[in-house]
Amino acid sequence: MSPMAAAVRAAPLKQRVHWTDRLGNLGLLGILLLLGVGLVAPLVLILSKALDAPGGSATSGLGAFAAYLASPALLTSLWHSVWVSLLTTAIVVPLAFTFAYALTRSCMPGKSMLRTLMLLPLLAPSLLSAISLIYWFGNQGVAKELWLALGFTSIYGAPGIVLAECFAVFPHVLMILVTALSLADARLYEAADALGTSTTRKFFTITLPGAKYGLISAALVCFTLVITDFGIPKVVGGNFNVLATDVFKLVIGQQDFQRGAVVALLLLLPAVLTFGIDWLVQRKQTATLTARAVPLVPKPARGFDAAMLTYCLMIVGLVLAMFGMAVFASFAKMWPYNLAPSLNHYISGLVDAELGDALINSVKLAASTAVIGTVVVFVGAYLLEKTRGFDGLRPVVRLMAMLPMAVPGLVLGLGYIFFFNAKANPLNVMYQTLPLMVLCTVVHFYTTGHLTMVTALKALDAEFEAVSASLKVPLYKTFWRVTLPICLPVLLDVSRYFFINAMTTISAVVFLYSPDTKLASVAILNLDEAGDTGPAAAMAVLIAATSAVVTLLYMVVGRLVDRRTQAWRAPAR
Amino acid sequence: MDTAYLTLHAIHKRFGAFTALDDIDLSIQKGEFVCFLGPSGCGKTTLLRIVAGLETQTSGSIVQGGRDISVLPPADRDYGIMFQSYALFPNLTVAKNVSYGLVNRKQGRAYIDARVDELLKLVGLPGSGSKFPAQMSGGQQQRIALARALATSPGLLLLDEPLSALDATVRVHLRNEIRELQRKLGVTTIMVTHDQEEALSVADRIVVMNHGVIEQVGTPMQVYREPASPFVADFVGKVNRLHAVAEGDHWFRCGDKRLQCLPGAGADFRPGAKVALYLRPEDRVVGAVHERDPLRCQGTVRHVEFLGGNCLAAVEVDGLGGQRMQVQYSLNQMDEFHVHEGARVSFALRADRLRVFPAAVGA
Repeated sequence: MSPMAAAVRAAPLKQRVHWTDRLGNLGLLGILLLLGVGLVAPLVLILSKALDAPGGSATSGLGAFAAYLASPALLTSLWHSVWVSLLTTAIVVPLAFTFAYALTRSCMPGKSMLRTLMLLPLLAPSLLSAISLIYWFGNQGVAKELWLALGFTSIYGAPGIVLAECFAVFPHVLMILVTALSLADARLYEAADALGTSTTRKFFTITLPGAKYGLISAALVCFTLVITDFGIPKVVGGNFNVLATDVFKLVIGQQDFQRGAVVALLLLLPAVLTFGIDWLVQRKQTATLTARAVPLVPKPARGFDAAMLTYCLMIVGLVLAMFGMAVFASFAKMWPYNLAPSLNHYISGLVDAELGDALINSVKLAASTAVIGTVVVFVGAYLLEKTRGFDGLRPVVRLMAMLPMAVPGLVLGLGYIFFFNAKANPLNVMYQTLPLMVLCTVVHFYTTGHLTMVTALKALDAEFEAVSASLKVPLYKTFWRVTLPICLPVLLDVSRYFFINAMTTISAVVFLYSPDTKLASVAILNLDEAGDTGPAAAMAVLIAATSAVVTLLYMVVGRLVDRRTQAWRAPAR
Repeated sequence: MDTAYLTLHAIHKRFGAFTALDDIDLSIQKGEFVCFLGPSGCGKTTLLRIVAGLETQTSGSIVQGGRDISVLPPADRDYGIMFQSYALFPNLTVAKNVSYGLVNRKQGRAYIDARVDELLKLVGLPGSGSKFPAQMSGGQQQRIALARALATSPGLLLLDEPLSALDATVRVHLRNEIRELQRKLGVTTIMVTHDQEEALSVADRIVVMNHGVIEQVGTPMQVYREPASPFVADFVGKVNRLHAVAEGDHWFRCGDKRLQCLPGAGADFRPGAKVALYLRPEDRVVGAVHERDPLRCQGTVRHVEFLGGNCLAAVEVDGLGGQRMQVQYSLNQMDEFHVHEGARVSFALRADRLRVFPAAVGA
């Protein structure tokens, strides 16, 4: 008995660490450090800045914080932000759900074409839709009379924001809902048919509950995207203040960092909330669809398919009208008096305003982010999923990888000012440089890339590493020969995601550029502010064109990669 | 007689407050085929993973071939392993999978090619080197996994439920092949399984586990014929359990029958102790049983379970206080003795096969 009792009390045995595991643990520390510097430290500084006592005043930091929170200006903005976001969500989610339903549950022709067209707006900065709106319904807009006839006084203000946001967030919401609706188990519908269930009842008892989590998730994403977006309110908001524009005005306009930090915290709140709810929902969702499910294949139904096609064509028509107007206007010689095509706006933007550099900077940023971001995210996900040791640290890294999703770009960018612009920080040499913008963008879009990678890695057999160890093959060799080749297509997807987002993002980097490192997306804002709507549109179109070309390149590379490394997937027996 | 190739000494494994393995001692001889058998959650897979170094025991030591490997990482141990999921690298051809561990040993190209051919021939899949795993059936993939595990000629072969994902017929076929191959190569092998039939058919010795402890270690025959605990008797094969009372000197009263078991078939119970008698359905004599035979039972067949060549008849035995027994009849005996539901049957118990355990508390 006594040796056993002694064994119980003794510290548990620790396995000797193989040097390859040590290497892995070191890498994990690196990821932790990166996210610590690029995410946690800036966020912590926002909190501390928000609680700072204002210079020279007698009130405590907390007192100033509370006083500002209760100020009518802030409350007005808060109320504006909330109702605009809610309204947009209420409009977009049903529309996108119907579109997604048509894509997944009908037999209408041209599905992939319709889907691709709907995703087009993702290639451009979200404020492209705001610029287009001005051309349609602005003071010199082609359809201004229509807008006024609808009872609105002007495009500037809440109506403009809601309308532009609807176009901007539609593709995001659509993607989530398409995924949710395509995960359907045909057996449930067959069982319902066998019981003689009506179509309406099937919709409300099977389809809707099945897509419930997708709907919740879509609504949350929609709300968060709108409330944290500041490009669109900046362009068509007019005097209608929302939280996001407040942060910008306070920090850039009035240099009031403390109040800026308070508003940033407010913006963080809904994002963290939706993130939390989404996380809970995701955990529940895992069990709903088993591996045994039989995928649902829609059956043709002439009337229904025609109705769905009509609806989709209508929506796509609206999106093309929106997208096309910016393109058209960017080529118009002198809006609205001379609409003959010309390159005037492009020339005035790129040459006169010397914004060619901005475009090059954007491409540099996007390319660096695409490469570095993909490598960091992949290595991080791999080390988390496939290596051993550091058991206490892993949940921390996991949480930190999920956190960026809950942090609006505006808040992140503000945190970067506080952290990297501090005199005492040795890293402040990075301030306003391209590397810092790359770091910021990688961190900003970390979560989506991370989740994609983790999903891909989890799909691999969990025992590859164990088998390799038993065969005395070092970890990195299996990583190189097996894990990496299998994951290459996913890697390309993530890399493209990073590129497009870095190309079109405004929110975080708007605080971080210097004249030398100005970006194309930020230049749109400046041009618009200066009243140069034409060159602004031209710049947006250039960004979209760059994104489109790069997307095509990725497709070509993807084909090559598939042919070279994925032959095993479709084996000829 | 410390000639054991692999010795586990006082292995404990705890996950937080949960004890997964409690004081496991085991030695395995060189060339032996040992099965870890038990229900899911009994700790058998954990024990295998500890031997492989994929988990670390909370305390205890492991010695393999005279070398203490207790805290060595997997890469520094000497074993080949095969998983239920095959874990073949899907993007590499069969040949590259098999040679995966060889390439790293800086062997010549010609040697490796020859070795791969030899191994593929060994597992019965010659000439399939250029295929991808996805082009092969489950059974074939598992053979490739076996070839890969054997490629580096490890001293120990670990099989983690290797046959569980396969169809029943393939499973039987492959387990015989694995057994044959193991004999031929003489490699010490541990196989984890929850399938008692599988364990009985291939193992030299079976380690029956439950709730993190070893219930019994023995040859398949020992485990089946002389189960060391009620759990083993229940888990391995079918068994009847009859309530009885000890009368001393290996005599037991069950209903109005008196039975004497062999001296080694259970502890010596004091008279009056409540016990459970364990008897397998086939441990009976059917046919001409003398009317005066004290072990003769008569009863009514209540239910017949058809199993193919054999049937199990649930018989309500007279004089056993309403206790039912399952009695095995071959299909031919069913006809011969007119066994069917409602029929009267008679048979004699084989008291020499009885196993006696204390009656479970509350049972």
